[in-house]
Amino acid sequence: MTDLRKRSLLQAAALSALAATALVGCGKSEAPAPAPSAAAPATTASAPAPSAAAPAPAAEKLKIAFAYVGPVGDGGWTFAHDNGRKAIEKEFGDKIVTSFVEKVPESADAERVIRDMVGQGNKLIFGTTFGYMEPMMKVAADSKDVKFEHATGYKTADNLRTYDSRTYEGAYMAGVIAGKMTKTNTLGVVGSIPIPEVVRNINSFTLGAQSVNPQVKTRVVWVGEWFNPPKETEAATSLINGGADVLMQNTDSSAVLQTAEKMGKRAFGWDSDMTSYGPKAHLGSAIINWAPYYTKAVRDALEGKWQGKQQAWWGVKEGAIDMVSIAADVPAETKKRIDEIKAGLKDGSFVIWKGPLKDNAGKEVLAKDATADDKFLGGINFYVQGVEGKVPGGEKK
Amino acid sequence: MESYALLFAATLNAGTVLALAALGLLVNEKAGVVNLGAEGMMLCAALAGFVAVVHTGSDVLGFVAGAAAGAVLAAAFGWLVIWLNTNQYATGLALSLFGAGFSAFAGIRYVQEKLPERPRFSIPVLGDIPLVGPALFRQHPMVYVAIALVLFLVWFLYRSRAGLVLRSVGESPDSAHSLGYPVRRIRLAAVVAGGALCGLAGSYLAVIYTPLWVEGMVAGRGWIALALTTFATWRPARVLLGAYLFGGVTMLQFHLQGSGVEVPSQFLTMLPYLATIAVLALISRNPAWIRINMPASLGKPFHPGT
Repeated sequence: MTDLRKRSLLQAAALSALAATALVGCGKSEAPAPAPSAAAPATTASAPAPSAAAPAPAAEKLKIAFAYVGPVGDGGWTFAHDNGRKAIEKEFGDKIVTSFVEKVPESADAERVIRDMVGQGNKLIFGTTFGYMEPMMKVAADSKDVKFEHATGYKTADNLRTYDSRTYEGAYMAGVIAGKMTKTNTLGVVGSIPIPEVVRNINSFTLGAQSVNPQVKTRVVWVGEWFNPPKETEAATSLINGGADVLMQNTDSSAVLQTAEKMGKRAFGWDSDMTSYGPKAHLGSAIINWAPYYTKAVRDALEGKWQGKQQAWWGVKEGAIDMVSIAADVPAETKKRIDEIKAGLKDGSFVIWKGPLKDNAGKEVLAKDATADDKFLGGINFYVQGVEGKVPGGEKK
Repeated sequence: MESYALLFAATLNAGTVLALAALGLLVNEKAGVVNLGAEGMMLCAALAGFVAVVHTGSDVLGFVAGAAAGAVLAAAFGWLVIWLNTNQYATGLALSLFGAGFSAFAGIRYVQEKLPERPRFSIPVLGDIPLVGPALFRQHPMVYVAIALVLFLVWFLYRSRAGLVLRSVGESPDSAHSLGYPVRRIRLAAVVAGGALCGLAGSYLAVIYTPLWVEGMVAGRGWIALALTTFATWRPARVLLGAYLFGGVTMLQFHLQGSGVEVPSQFLTMLPYLATIAVLALISRNPAWIRINMPASLGKPFHPGT
C-alpha cells in the first residue's frame, strides 16, 4: 500500500513539474514586467509610479508596449519591428520604458494580451499585425487614456491610429534588379496570403522587372502562411525547378533566400537585411525601417501632440523603405537606376503605379497617364501583365 | 518530362523528414508506447543539430547531436511513462510543449547564424544519367538512409528474434513478462531508439532541408509523422510510401501553382489531408487491416507484478 501511494505521489510530482516547465516555455518574455496593477483593465488615473525616488520633479516615464505576431528571432517582419523598438529606446533613453510580448496569436488571445498591457500601465501600445485590428478597436474603446497604434489596419478611433509601410516600393526596386539579373527571364515569388498588400508587391516586383526587361514573366506560388520555413523551402524549390532563376518572397523567414543559395540561384532579402543567410544568392534586401515612424509616434506622445484617427503610410520618402546591400555583381547602371528611383520617390517625381496598365487578362486597370491613389493601391486583387495565373479568390470581387 | 523528374526528386527529399520521424514513432508504438512528443523532440534536435554544425562544420556531428537530443528527451519521457506510469498521452503532450518552448528559449542566439558551406552530393556516374540521375542519385545520403532503414526495420520486426520480443511487448506485456522478458527495459529501449530517429529527422530539417534555425521551424511535421504511423497501419514500408505521398502532394501543389495550372491553391493545400482521410477510410472498410497491425497494448500502462 505505502509503496503504491509513494509511486502515485511521485507520478503527480513529475507530471506537475513537466507541466510547469511547459508553461514557462510558453509564456516567456513579457520583458521587464512590472508588478501587475489591479485587475480592472480600464484604470484611469495613477499608473504604478515607477521612480518615486528620483530627484526633482522627474517626469513620469512613458510606458510603451509592443505586441508582436511572430518571434523576435524570425529574422524578418517581427525582427524589423523590434529593431524599431530598440531605436526608440536609444533615442529617448530614460524618458520611456518599453516592453514587448512576442508570438501573440491573431485571435481572442490578442485582446487579452493588449488588455493586460493596459492593466500594466502602458500608455502607448503598438500592435504589429493586421489581425489585431478588431481586438485593438475593442480595447481602445474601453481605455480612453491609452494611445493605440496599429500596423497595417484600416480602422481608427479617437485614441487609435494606424501606420503601415509601402513595401511595394522595395518590391519594385527588387524587380528592377531581378529583371536585369535573370537569365531565364522567369522570376518566381513565394507568396504568403493572397491579400492586396502581397498581390501589390508581386505586381510591383513584376513592373520593376519589366521596366528594364520586357521579356520577363513572373510565377507565383502561395504557401498560405506567413511563417513556415520548410514549406517556404518547398515552394522555392518548385519555382526553381520550374525554371525561375531569381526569387522574391513575401513571407517572414529567410528560407527562400537560403533555398536559392543551396540551388545556385539568386534571391532577395525581405523586411530586414538578410545578406548573411545567403551571401552568394543575395541580390539585395528590400527592408522596412520602422524606426522613423516609431520615433515620431513616441515624440508626438511625449510632446502631447499625439492625435488619433490618423493613418500613416510611409515609404522611401520618409525613410521607412529601402533597398540595401545590393550584390557586387549587379551592374553599375542598375545600381544607378535604383538610386534614381529612390531619389524620385523621395521628391515625388517618380510614380510606380502609372497608366496605361493592364491586368493579365488584358483589361485596362489604369488609363494612360493616370496614377493610382492609395485607395486603388489598397484594393489590388489582380495580377498585372507578365504575372502568370490568377489571384486565388481574386476574380469574384 | 524533366520537370517531373525534378518533382520526383523534391518529393523524395520532402518525404525523408517525415519518413525518419514516423519510422521512429513506429518502433515506439510497436513496443506499446505512444509518444505525442515528436514535435518537441524534433525541435530540440533541430536546434542541437544546427548548433553542432555551426560550431564544427560537420554534418555527421550535426546528425549525432540531433539524434542524441532526441534520445535524451525520449529517455526522460520513457522514464516517466514506463517507470512512473504517467499517462502516455498527457506526458507526450507535455514533452511537445516543453520541446517547443525550450528550443525557442535556448536557440535565441542562433537565429541569425548561418551554416558553413558543405559539399553537395552526387553519386559518380549514376548521378550523370539524364533525367533519372538528378532525381535518384543526387540526393543527400540521409534520403537513402531512410530507405535502408525501412528494409532494416522490416527484417528486424518480422524476421529477427529481438523484433519478435519487441512486438510481443507491445501486444501483450503480461505474457512477455511472464516469459521472463524485461518489459520495461525493452520499452525504454524502443522509446529511446524512436526518439533518436525523430532527432535525426529534426536535424535533417535544420541542417540540410531548410538550413537555418528559427523558432517553431518543424511547423507540425511531428504531428504529421504521428498520423503517418496510423495511416500506414504500423507497417514500415507503408510508412515510407505514406511519407512520400505526403511530401509528393505538397510538392505537386506547389509545382502546379508554379506552372500556372488554374486550380485554387486552397484546394491544393488541403489535398494531402484529403488523401490521408481517403486512405484511412479505405483501410477502415476492412477492420481486420487495422486490428491485425495495431499493437494491442498501445498506450496502456504496464504494472509488473500486479
